[in-house]
Amino acid sequence: MSAALFLSGLGLGVAGSLAGAALPARARVPAASVLTAGACTTAFAAAAGVLASGGAVTASSAQILPLTGVTLSLDPLGAVFVITAAAVGAAASCYNVGYAARGGGSRTATALLPLFITSLLLVPAAASIATFMAAWELMALSSLLLLLTGHRRREVRDAAQWYAVMTHAGAAAILLAFVLIGAHAGGQSFAAIRAHAGAVPPAVRSLAFVLALAGFASKAGAVPLHVWLPRAHPEAPSPVSALMSGAMVNLGIYGIVRTGDGLLRGGEMWWWLAVAGLGVTSALFGGIHAAASSDLKRLLAYSTADNMGLVLTGVGVAGALAVTGHRVLAALAMIAALFQLVNHSAFKGCLFLAAGSVQRAAGTRDLDSLGGLLRRLPVTAALFGIAALSICALPPFSGFASEWLLLQGFLRGFTAHGAATATALLAGVAALALTGGLTAAAFVKAFGIGFLGQPRTPGAAAAGEAHPAMTVGTALLAVPCLVLGVVPGAVVPLLARAAATALGGPWPDPLQAGPGLAIAGSADVIQPVLLAAALLAGLALAWGLVRLRARAGAERGHRARRAEAWGCGRELQTARMQYTATSFAEPLQRVFDDVLRPDHDLDVSHLAESRYFEQAITYRSRIDDAIERGAYRPLTAGVQRWGEVARRAQNGSVHRYLGYGFAALVILLVVLA
Amino acid sequence: MSTSLLASAGVSAIQLGAAATGGPLLYGLMAKVRARAEGRAGAPVRQPLLDLWKLAGKERIHAGHSSVVLPLAPLVLIASTAAAVVIAPLISTGPALGRTSDVFVIVFLLLLGSVAVALGGLDTGTAFGGMGASRAMTIGALTEPALLVAVLALSIQAGTSNLPGIVSATLAHPGWAAPPERVLALAALVIVVLAETGRIPVDNPSTHLELTMIHEAMILEYAGPELALVTLGETMRLGLLLSLLANLFFPWGIAATASIPRLVLGLAVLAAKTAAIAGVIAVAEVSAAKLRLFRVPEILSAAFVLSVLAVVTGLVLP
Repeated sequence: MSAALFLSGLGLGVAGSLAGAALPARARVPAASVLTAGACTTAFAAAAGVLASGGAVTASSAQILPLTGVTLSLDPLGAVFVITAAAVGAAASCYNVGYAARGGGSRTATALLPLFITSLLLVPAAASIATFMAAWELMALSSLLLLLTGHRRREVRDAAQWYAVMTHAGAAAILLAFVLIGAHAGGQSFAAIRAHAGAVPPAVRSLAFVLALAGFASKAGAVPLHVWLPRAHPEAPSPVSALMSGAMVNLGIYGIVRTGDGLLRGGEMWWWLAVAGLGVTSALFGGIHAAASSDLKRLLAYSTADNMGLVLTGVGVAGALAVTGHRVLAALAMIAALFQLVNHSAFKGCLFLAAGSVQRAAGTRDLDSLGGLLRRLPVTAALFGIAALSICALPPFSGFASEWLLLQGFLRGFTAHGAATATALLAGVAALALTGGLTAAAFVKAFGIGFLGQPRTPGAAAAGEAHPAMTVGTALLAVPCLVLGVVPGAVVPLLARAAATALGGPWPDPLQAGPGLAIAGSADVIQPVLLAAALLAGLALAWGLVRLRARAGAERGHRARRAEAWGCGRELQTARMQYTATSFAEPLQRVFDDVLRPDHDLDVSHLAESRYFEQAITYRSRIDDAIERGAYRPLTAGVQRWGEVARRAQNGSVHRYLGYGFAALVILLVVLA
Repeated sequence: MSTSLLASAGVSAIQLGAAATGGPLLYGLMAKVRARAEGRAGAPVRQPLLDLWKLAGKERIHAGHSSVVLPLAPLVLIASTAAAVVIAPLISTGPALGRTSDVFVIVFLLLLGSVAVALGGLDTGTAFGGMGASRAMTIGALTEPALLVAVLALSIQAGTSNLPGIVSATLAHPGWAAPPERVLALAALVIVVLAETGRIPVDNPSTHLELTMIHEAMILEYAGPELALVTLGETMRLGLLLSLLANLFFPWGIAATASIPRLVLGLAVLAAKTAAIAGVIAVAEVSAAKLRLFRVPEILSAAFVLSVLAVVTGLVLP
């Protein structure tokens, strides 16, 4: 039943893609969107069924891929990832109706978006090496082509180049890892590999894991393999950005969990410490860059690296605890990581869609040119605000529930004695705390500079509310930010099943049932429902008291009087006198100068008559990715140099080519003789 | 069941009342001690309460370009602080919702208040609001690691992150008060509390010098009832943090049962403890200067190191 439902979901997705390719211009976007939304809903229902029942559904066909055939199997772990992809996919395809209404509805884009979403649904269900790699490549290529729909801009072409190279290097590493495992395990279906994982020699297992980790971590945006992410995610069309950050990066995590915990069945301690180390590095690096960025979508992209870092830390801690036999503690950390991942999909998808509406309305995504959008796009602003509060982990929104669970996972982990685990846990807590503070700073900046105050440019002043389909699509993802925050107990038990599947359960559930979150066998409980009620009651009480006192004090009207803000006695206050995003981030940028390594450029030209009088001062400051500059630039420069050498050898002269041919013949004869 | 529910609700109501009046009084006390130490007479200790009452009756005035966020921010600050006060073990280990009184909940509730006030500052669309918000969020971000890791050190020792649980554990094992990990965590938390409440050496609550103010810059555009709410929220926060500091490290006197004499005793002991801490901080403030903004990260990282040491010592020592 569930298998048929899931397959029909995939079919609907392909139909959506065909509709986008074949139908005439006016009909194709609505038709493709409706079919894709249907595909997502169906897949969501099928995956929810799998999670509720706890069993896997399988399907296979020998006809689709020649030689190997296609094997699909959706287990509770994969179902979590299908659900996140389906939720973001449905929201993005709804959003796309409005987004494509004013440009952007080209035949290519409309046909590729459903294909991309379908591939996101397919990857977590793939159950053999060939199926997985085919789905993985479909995902990589369709997203790359979607990114390239904006190929007229130079930034997009650059981003696409980075993305293409990184994603294919990653895919090559993953393929190599799978081939190594598959060759030793004697089969290419995941079930066969799992059954014979013990037959793989330890050195090969470790090599395979490291290769798979490199490939998957680059997809998840883990530092230092993240360089494509802050380029590609901001430059992609907004629905695609949301899908990349909300659903595609998740699959990197999925790959690590599936390979390390699933196919290789746990493995060694140092694997998981490496995963946790990658996680801590990405969380800190992403958090610092997000706090310093003044480009709205780039900020969101770095914050994705930050959040995936937290998830990876949780996964690494869970793996390390599982290796040392602390199964319940491992399950708790894994549940927390999955919960954080699910929440991240919702709030980051919502934020990217809202940022897309802002970009569309104001014509720019540079925070320094925005401002005052709360009055101009009230609904979008409110949705962005909900998602921002959630990502800052503020109660009673969803990010708080998952970060609390993550903190509990780390706290409990200390009871499993061991210096290595304790170090990882301590680093995890410190990273979570610092990125928590940096995220708050980043999103106060994003919301406060973008939506509050006065508009800084005419474009921002003229902005109007987004297309209804765009706000509905954004709102679809804002709902889980509230619901998962207030009643986390409704979802987390299902994640416990997924965690048990991931770690090879079934193990005792580390959580108690209930509307809130409670750690079994301890006093640690949160009840976000009560917390939300207390907050609302507090709001009402404070408001009531102020009103009461105001009425008793004077016979004045209840509307507040407006007055000019204080400007040190100056009468005229202009929008240029406000703090900008760059100035807001300046203190943090100075504090983290060593990580960010900003480029400052100060040009002062003097009057010819006297050097004491300046004619013009130009100040430029930009923050490039220090890792990109330090580690990747030399690499690309090396490739470039090598290319130059090759070009000198290939100068088009016929004589030279005849000479090469002759030399080759001579060498061949010498070797053979 | 229902009587205990009623009792814990009563405890919470007393705590809320105590924080709403005690917070401003603590603020007034600190100003008084500072004034005396500087050789001035100073305003009466109850002056902040009188100011609040006066401000609450004034006209509501909003800055020109502000939106709904400006009046909403003080309400969120009050609501989040009040929620934290209600569930925290201040005069008794059995406040309402005490089972859900998690130390991480308190930390993130305080962050909610800070975020709201920072957004209120940015909503005015002026240089001062943005400047204050930027500095406050910077310091807040750097305080967070020290705060969470110090709290983690206490939670590891008590085996729970439930606040009444931690306080009860300290009460049950009085020998704990001396171990080095608690001393280290205390030192870290003192710095954190100074930063979170905007005291010297991080911020100077009595400055209005444009280039140095942090919190005052953020709330510069608030007037009348809204200014009263922000000030009340900030002083309640001061009361809450000092009380938590007192109860986490010197919990003796806190009511373990909800009998009226014990609660009265708990309230009196809490007042004495917080007044003592406030007095010490005030005297220390007189003899110290505010740090430059870019020196502040140094003491915050010192607090972080102390809290990491607290965790490590707790793990290494049996």
